[in-house]
Amino acid sequence: MDIGINGDSAVALAWKQVDPDVCAAYPITPQTIIVERFSDFVADGEVETEFVTAESEHSAMSICIGAASAGARTVTATASAGVTYMWETLGIAAGMRVPITMAVANRALSAPINIHCDHSDVMSARDLGWILIFAENVQEAYDNAIMAMKIAEHPDVRLPVMHNLDGFILSHAIERMSTLETHTVKNFVGEYKSKHSLLDIEHPITHGAMDQQDYYFEHKYQLAEAMQGAIKVIEDVFEEFGSISGRKYDLLEPYRCDDAEYVSIVIGSTAGTIKEAVDQLREEGHKVGSIKVRVYRPFPTEMMSKLLEGKKAAAVLDRHMAIGSTGPMFGDVCATAIDLEKPPELVNYIYGLGGRDVPVSDLKKVYMDMIEGNCKKVNYLGVRI
Amino acid sequence: MRCSEMSKMLTAKEIAPGAMITEPGSAMKFETGDWRSFRPVLDREKYIDCLTCWIFCPDDSIIAKDGKMEGFRLSHCKGCGICARNCPKNAIRMEPEGV
Ligand code: SF4
Repeated sequence: MDIGINGDSAVALAWKQVDPDVCAAYPITPQTIIVERFSDFVADGEVETEFVTAESEHSAMSICIGAASAGARTVTATASAGVTYMWETLGIAAGMRVPITMAVANRALSAPINIHCDHSDVMSARDLGWILIFAENVQEAYDNAIMAMKIAEHPDVRLPVMHNLDGFILSHAIERMSTLETHTVKNFVGEYKSKHSLLDIEHPITHGAMDQQDYYFEHKYQLAEAMQGAIKVIEDVFEEFGSISGRKYDLLEPYRCDDAEYVSIVIGSTAGTIKEAVDQLREEGHKVGSIKVRVYRPFPTEMMSKLLEGKKAAAVLDRHMAIGSTGPMFGDVCATAIDLEKPPELVNYIYGLGGRDVPVSDLKKVYMDMIEGNCKKVNYLGVRI
Repeated sequence: MRCSEMSKMLTAKEIAPGAMITEPGSAMKFETGDWRSFRPVLDREKYIDCLTCWIFCPDDSIIAKDGKMEGFRLSHCKGCGICARNCPKNAIRMEPEGV
C-alpha cells in the first residue's frame, strides 16, 4: 500500500509491524516522533513491546544492553547529543555483541547549538563497532529499520546496527512510500531467539565480563572479524528483502557510473539530490556519475575500489568535519584507492553542516571543479570564507 | 604477561564472543593471586581463630575448616591486606613478594 508519511513515523511503523520485545528511549529532536508514535502503539495495545522511558540516553542504551543480554529483541532511537551522551554505552553494546537496532535522525552536534541535519553524531561514533546504514529517502528509512534487525541478529554478525535518516530532511518531511504487509514483515525478520540469554537459568552465564591484557585484544579482533563477515550477511539480507518488496538494495549504489569519468561519493538524502545534478550535467554533455554509500560500516572497500577503477577523479562528500583532519569518508576512500593501479584523483568536500541547504547548483559545482581542475584537497562547499 | 605465556592462551577463534562467560564458577580457574605484591603471613603465636579475616577477605583466600583458620589460599589472594588490618590480635603481617 502506498501512503504519505514522514521518516520518523515510517520507522515507528516498521517497529509496530515487527513488534519488538523492548524499547527503551529518551526523546530528542529530530528523533522524537519515532518514540512518540511508537509509544502510542504501545499505549493502544497494538504491540506487546515493553516500553521503558529512561531519564537519559546513557540510561536508555544501558537498559537496551540489559534487555538484549536477556535475549530481548531491542530497539531505540536517538540523535545528536543523544548519541554522544550514549557514547560510553555504545562501545559496550558492540563489545558485548548485543544485536540492538537504533534509529538515528542525524543532527549536528553543539556548539553552536543547532537542531538541523548533518552526520556529526553518527560519524563521531563510527569506530565503536556498530554497523552503520543510511537512508536516502523515507522509503529507505522504513526498509532499513526492518532489515537492520535481521542483520544485527544474524548468528555470524551479532553486532548492533544504527540505521540513519537525515534529520528533518527525512525525519520530518512527508514522502510517498510503499508499506509491506505486517505478516510479510514478521515472516521476514522471524522470531528472535538469543543463544545466550541471561534469563536462561538452566545455563547460567556472565555478560559484560572484564578482560586484562591477556584477552582484550582477542575480543576486539573478533569485532573486526564480525564486521568483515557482516558484508556477506548484509548482501544476503538485501537480496532477500528485494524478493519480498521488489526493492533491491546494495552496499554501494552507483548512479550513471559505468562510463563516467568524474564521480562523487555521498551518503544520505544528498545522494538523491546529486542524481539531479548528474542528470543535468549529463544533458550538458559531461561524463559524470555518483556513488551512494548505503552501508558505511563495514566499509565496502572491495566494491568501492571496483567502482573507482578507471575514473579520472572522485569527490568524497562528507557531511561531517573530522576537525584537524579530512572528512572521515575521505580517509576510507583513500585507503580503498591505494588498491588501484591508477587511482583517480581524490578530493574531499565538507558540506551541509548544521542543516545548510545543499542545492543542485552547489553539487554541480563540485563536478565542474573536478572537471576544470579547480579543487583543493579539502574543500568547504557553500561556506562563506 | 610474558610472550611465552601468551602463546599458550586461547585464540580469538576459541573464546566466546563479547567476553561472555558460558561456564559457571570458572573464576576459580583464573588465578588472580599473581597480581599480588604483598603476601599475608600468619603469626601462629598470636592468632586465636576468631575468623575475622575469613569474614573480611574480599576474595575466598582464607582457608577455614571446622571453625579454625588454616592459612591462605594464595592462588587467589591479591595481597590487599584487609585481613591484616582487621585482625584484632595483629596476627597477620604483610610481607613484600620477591620481584
Ligand atoms: S590479603 Fe586480602 S585477599 Fe589476601 S587473604 Fe588477606 S584479605 Fe584475603
